[in-house]
This record gives sequence, C-alpha cells and structure tokens, in this order.
Amino acid sequence: MHFGPILSAMRRNKVGAFLIALQMALTLAILCNALFIIRQRVVMMARPSGVDEANTFSLSNQWVGSPEQIGAMIRGDLAALRGMPGVVDAYATNAYPLRGGGWSEGIGLAPNQKHSSAHTARYFTDDHALNALGAHLIAGRNFTADEIRERSERDKAQPGVMIVTKAVGEKLFPDGSALGKTVYVEDQPIVIVGIVDMLKTPWVSNAWAEKFVENSMLDPYIFISKQYSYIVRAQPGQLDAVMQAAQKKLFEVNRNRVIEKVRSYAQIRADAYRNDRALAIILGTVSAALLAVTAFGIVGLTSFWVTQRRRQIGVRRALGATRRAILAYFQTENSIIAGVGALLGMALAVGLNLWMVQALEMQRLDLLYVLCGAVAVMLLGQFAVLWPALRAASTPPALATRAS
Amino acid sequence: MFRYYIWLALRSLRRNPMLTALMVAAIGLGIGASMTTLSLFRAMSGDPIPQKSAQLFTPLIDNWGPDQREKNGEPGQDMLTYTDAVALMNLHAARRQAAMYATGFAVMPTDPTQNPFQADARATGADFFAMFDVPFKYGTPWSAADDEARADVVVLGRKLNDKLFGGANSVGKTVNLDNHDYRVVGVLDDWSPQPRMYDVMDQTFGEVEALFLPFNTAIGRQMDIWGNNNCAGPTVVDPGFEGHMRSECTWVQFWAELNTAEQVQHYRTLLDGYAAEQQHNGRFHWAPLTRLYDVRKWFDVQHVVPDESRVMVVVSFGFLFVCLVNAVGLMLAKFMTRASEIGVRRAIGANRRAVFTQCLVETGVIGLAGGLVGLALTAVGLAGMRALLSKDMADLTHLDLIDVLVTVALAVLAAMLAGLYPTWRATQVQPAWQLKAN
Repeated sequence: MHFGPILSAMRRNKVGAFLIALQMALTLAILCNALFIIRQRVVMMARPSGVDEANTFSLSNQWVGSPEQIGAMIRGDLAALRGMPGVVDAYATNAYPLRGGGWSEGIGLAPNQKHSSAHTARYFTDDHALNALGAHLIAGRNFTADEIRERSERDKAQPGVMIVTKAVGEKLFPDGSALGKTVYVEDQPIVIVGIVDMLKTPWVSNAWAEKFVENSMLDPYIFISKQYSYIVRAQPGQLDAVMQAAQKKLFEVNRNRVIEKVRSYAQIRADAYRNDRALAIILGTVSAALLAVTAFGIVGLTSFWVTQRRRQIGVRRALGATRRAILAYFQTENSIIAGVGALLGMALAVGLNLWMVQALEMQRLDLLYVLCGAVAVMLLGQFAVLWPALRAASTPPALATRAS
Repeated sequence: MFRYYIWLALRSLRRNPMLTALMVAAIGLGIGASMTTLSLFRAMSGDPIPQKSAQLFTPLIDNWGPDQREKNGEPGQDMLTYTDAVALMNLHAARRQAAMYATGFAVMPTDPTQNPFQADARATGADFFAMFDVPFKYGTPWSAADDEARADVVVLGRKLNDKLFGGANSVGKTVNLDNHDYRVVGVLDDWSPQPRMYDVMDQTFGEVEALFLPFNTAIGRQMDIWGNNNCAGPTVVDPGFEGHMRSECTWVQFWAELNTAEQVQHYRTLLDGYAAEQQHNGRFHWAPLTRLYDVRKWFDVQHVVPDESRVMVVVSFGFLFVCLVNAVGLMLAKFMTRASEIGVRRAIGANRRAVFTQCLVETGVIGLAGGLVGLALTAVGLAGMRALLSKDMADLTHLDLIDVLVTVALAVLAAMLAGLYPTWRATQVQPAWQLKAN
C-alpha cells in the first residue's frame, strides 16, 4: 500500500480528517474513563455481604407507646419466629450488613486511647445470630445463651465477650491471632472469643465507610429499644412464604406494633447499591450512544468523501486498480486518522482521569483500559468505514469516461 | 428574507435526509444526555429558599478538641450537643432561632380495626415555621408559650392530615401518637425543600417529616433520636436519656435567622464568647473554635451534591462535545456539496453576508430540530433516572420550564456554533470557479 497518495489526499481535506481524529480521541478519552468507573462499581456491587442472602430477610419492628418489658417481648417474638415452619433461625438487632444506617464504634488496645485502633460497625446480636446470618466462624466459639445481656442504646454495660470479623482481628493484631485477646470498647475490657470470616458493615456504598467495610463486631446484647430489626433465615426455597407468615405471626403474638421495611436480602442489596447501579447504567448508556454517534459520524463523512471522489475512483479503476485496492485505500486512510486520534485520545484519557482524581476523588485509571480503548476505537473506525469503502470499491471504471 | 432562508433551509435539509437525520440525531442525543444529567445536578445543587438562604445560619462549636478535628483543622462535628443548643437558645441573640432533632411515632389510626403505622417527626421550636417560610394550609404554628410549657401540640404535614382526616381542617382535633393525645394546631400545605436544608445530615433529599412537635415536649418524653448521633471524642456518657443529654454527643441541629451583617458579626462574637466561657469553666481545654454557616455555605461543607452526579455531568457534556464535533464534520460535508449552488447565488449578486446568514439559519434549524429531539430524550432520560434512583430523589427528576428553555436554547446555540466553520467555508466559495467547473 502506498501512503503517499493517501496523505496528499488528506492534506487537501485537513479539516475533515482532523474532525474525525478529534472525535475518535474524545470518544476514547470518555469511553476509557466511563468503562473504568463502571467496572469499579460493578466489582463493588458484586461483593458478598457475608450473609446467606438467598434465604434471609429483615423487618423493622416498632412498639407502640413505651412498653416496660421490651426484653421479654423480644424473647417472646424470637421464640415464635424460631418455632415457625420453614424458619432456620432468627435474632433481633440494631443493624445488619448493607442496611444503610447503623452504629459505628472504635475499638482500642488500651483504655482511654486518643484514637481508636480499629473502626467498626457494631451489631447487637445473640447466640442465634451467626446461624441466622449464615456467617462462618473461623476461629473460637459462638456466644452461649447465658452470655446474652439486655442493653438499651443509652445504657452502659459490662460486656465481657465479643465476636469480630477477620478484618478487625487483622487490623488490631497484624502479627498474630486476635482470638482470646482483650481489647477496649467504650473503655471497657472485652475478650474476643470468636472470629467470623466476613460480615460487611451497614454502609457499603460510601467513601467514608469504604475504609472499614469489612470491620464488624458482634456484641452479645439484646437491643432494648422501641425500634429494632429482626433478621430471619428461611429454609431454601421458602423465603417468600416465611416473609408473609412471619408478619402474621408477630401480629398474632402482639398487635401493638408497627412492622415496616420487610425486605429480602435481594431488596436490601438493591437498595444499598442503588446509586452505584444507576451511575453504571447511565454511564453505560452514554458510552453506547457515544460509540454509535462516532461510528455514524465516520460513516457520514467517509460517504461524503466517496461521493466527492467518485470520478477519481473511476479513473483509478479504469487505470487498473482492483476493488480490493480501493477498499484498502479507504481502510488505510481511516487507520491513519484513527491512529492519530487514538494517540491523542490516550493522552486525553489520562488527563481527564487525573482531573477526576483531583476534583472528584476518583481512582487512578488503569493503563490497560487506555490500551484496550485505543484498540476498540481503531476497530470501530474500521467497522464504520467498511460500508462507504465497499460503496467506493463498487464504482464502475466506466464512470471515468463520463463527463460528470 | 428570514422566512425565505427558513424555507431554503427546510428544502436543503429534505434534499439529503440521511445527513440531516445524522446531524439532528447527534445533536439530539448529546443534548438529551447532557440535559438529563444537568437537570438532576441543578436540582441537587439548588437553593430551596433563595429569598432567605443568606440570612439563615447554623452554628458549630468544637466541643471535642483538636484530636477530633478534620485534617484541614475544621470542627469534626456537624451538630450541637443538647447543652450547647439550649445555651444558644437562651441567648435569644437572633431574630428567630430553633433547636431541632429527628424522631418519630407510632400513630394510632382513628379506625380501631386498622394497624398503627409509623410517622417520622421533627422536634423543633415555634420559630422553625416562620424561619423556613413553611406554608400552612390550616391553622398556625404553636406558640413560644407552648414551647416553654412542653405542650402536647403538633403540626401535621399535608400527607398525614390526608391520611388521618381525609384532608379536612383538623385544627383543634386530637391525634393519638404512641398512646398520648396531641392537639393539632396547624396543617402544612405542600412543602418539599430540596435539599432538606434544615437537616441534610440525616437525609439530604426527599420528603420532610410527617409531623412536627415542640422540641421541649419531645425532650420531656425522652423521645428517641432517629437521626444522626455522634459521640466521637473521649467523652463519658452517663447511662439513660438524661445522661445522653448531659454528654458531649452531638445530635441537635440549630438554625438562627440573622438579617444584617451586623447581626451576623454580633452572633459570631457571642458564639466565640460562649466557647471562651466554656474554656474558662474548664469544660473545653482548647481555644474556642466556632463556625457560623449560611445555607449555601453549609451545603458546600456538607457536600450535598454527590460526586456521582458531577461525574455524570462531566461525562455527558464530553459526549455533547463529541456530538458537536461530529455535527461540524457533517455540516461541512453538507455545505461543500452545495458549493455550486452557493456559487450561482453569489454570481447573481448575493454578497458573502447573505450567504453567511443563509447557512447560519440552516444550522439554527438543525439545532432547533436537534433541541426538540433532545427535549424528548431528556424526558425519557429523566424517567429512566426516576426508575434507577431511590424514591428520595424522585422529586429531583422533573423538567421545569427553565430546563426546557435551556435545552432548546443550548441545542440551537451549539448547532450554530458547530456551524460557524462550515458556514465560513461556504462564504469562501469563489463564484467564478464554481460556474466554470460546471
């Protein structure tokens, strides 16, 4: 292939070639960054919560008035729930993974520390919680029934024991096992008796919480509050039935309550990641539109060039150029333009990302994305130019002999 | 002449429907994407109370000390302790002022066969309503005397009044909330400030609370804190609600209305004086650090517009730019095919200016068509956003008249801007050369 004629033709049409190159460069810059952000969010959304999500649901319970015996009422509810057919286990809590709101607490290695050693989400649980969540104990033991205390939100308590996630253990004791160690919460000593492999915090889609997203601690407390949640795990395949039956059952036990936010874990997950999903879908839609616009732009401009040069093409054909040569001409021309566009676009992509890192707390772009994006944009160019190039190749040589 | 140019433009666009469709589609898509994200961004960064946002202030007092400050040295708290809120109330230093917190009730329906339901509530002072220009449908706010007396009175939101009383005037009636009777003194008209300026920490966007009651009444009943509660710092919290009230935990929002610069300055001095007094009394072991933010500044500090929204605006305007570059190329192609026609016009006496106007009118027509397509796509885009975003955001996804005007104007302007170079090229056509070539 001879580049000379192509380049000299391009020189006569500088602006058109420049416009296509610029468009491809911008497409590349936006596409890389959009896909990078999409991938980050998709990876984030796919993270497990540590809960047996397929079979578990939560509901929020609010007592009417100010009943005196909330502890006894919770125990009564739990006995009723656990006794229901199709229920694996149930417990009451202040918060749960992916909930959205909860209680964050610092753990210290000594009393009266200025800054805590590990930031965690605090869950009030009991000896049924691990089973109800489907969480896996990897070291130590579960709580025993006689360790469970009652505690209201505004109480002080003498806790004694707790279970933490592996992430908390590693944060507190990077050089050894956290099991059996004494740590301090609210300046009270607590022994870590068990370690679960993973449980997410209630806040999973937020820059502040991202730093401790797997740091959870479980306290052996029944949460004495007017308002709290029940977590119920059903036998496989019985989630929907149990979700309905549980509400009926609770109203049978006591009508003086409000049940709200009955959500399966699928729903809890969808709520927790709603904005991430929205961002990914919107960026994906814009990216698709971007590709389409750029592709059609190339088709449009190349078609115009083909029409403009029909006579020259006819002359070339009459002088012996094959259809393949004509096709190759336009493909090569597009490759040169796309190549320049891709180089410019790679620089723009990195520049745009650097700006977003600075202004919007985004992460640094993986250069692999830029390279893949460049290849994709070059392929897009080849794909878009094919139809007008084929049209050019089918120009009959006889055209050269006609007047106009 | 203008009408003739429009007619010419329409004729020309019809002659090459493929190119026309591509240009209109490109501009329409770009405008649709950018206006969708922009109108959401505009709604999020809006000022819900423009007439007063520079006169409403929220104070902060650093009661935790240097260890708990932000990296830039700003106070770590975004609310006040109960102690400080009450102290500021007692200063009576502002024209209007209100301490407040989020709480809630179980509402007993009037029909005993119905189950009780949940209603979130805001415990606040009588001044709240006048301060935030809250519209009333029936009745009035409660009085300052009701605040003092811890009266069992409530102001119902419109929706709750619809639910409990079928929308009738319920002033003077009683509602049963958590087994206590409260007298209705007022019912709000529709009120939906976005963001919810008085408490963006608990919930930035979405509905306001279902009902309102006096701050002191809620405190007297020790009603649960449903909003944020921050006990950072090495604070000792005694057990029980009263222990919590005495603690250094922050959970009370506070707003003051200050109408002049002197009042603001005076208030700042008082705040510093109060903090210095706390240092003097031995409660604070550090030099006073206080802040006084107006509504807009507070939104900045609280970062109410999420970065996601900014990313969407940046990406979609980048997309619009690509669409315009695209349109430049296509217009160039289009005008160049017409070189001979322009040559004829020039030869029979049209000057460059006339050719320029004619081409510009044509780009304007393309822009207008693109704008209408863009407007339709914006409506579709916002409907999509509504489906994707949480219910709190639903109120932010409506097109207002300004959005519509901006969309069409932006499209026409963008198309004409994109058409400038092709138009200039068209005016450079040499009539003699064109006529000869034919």
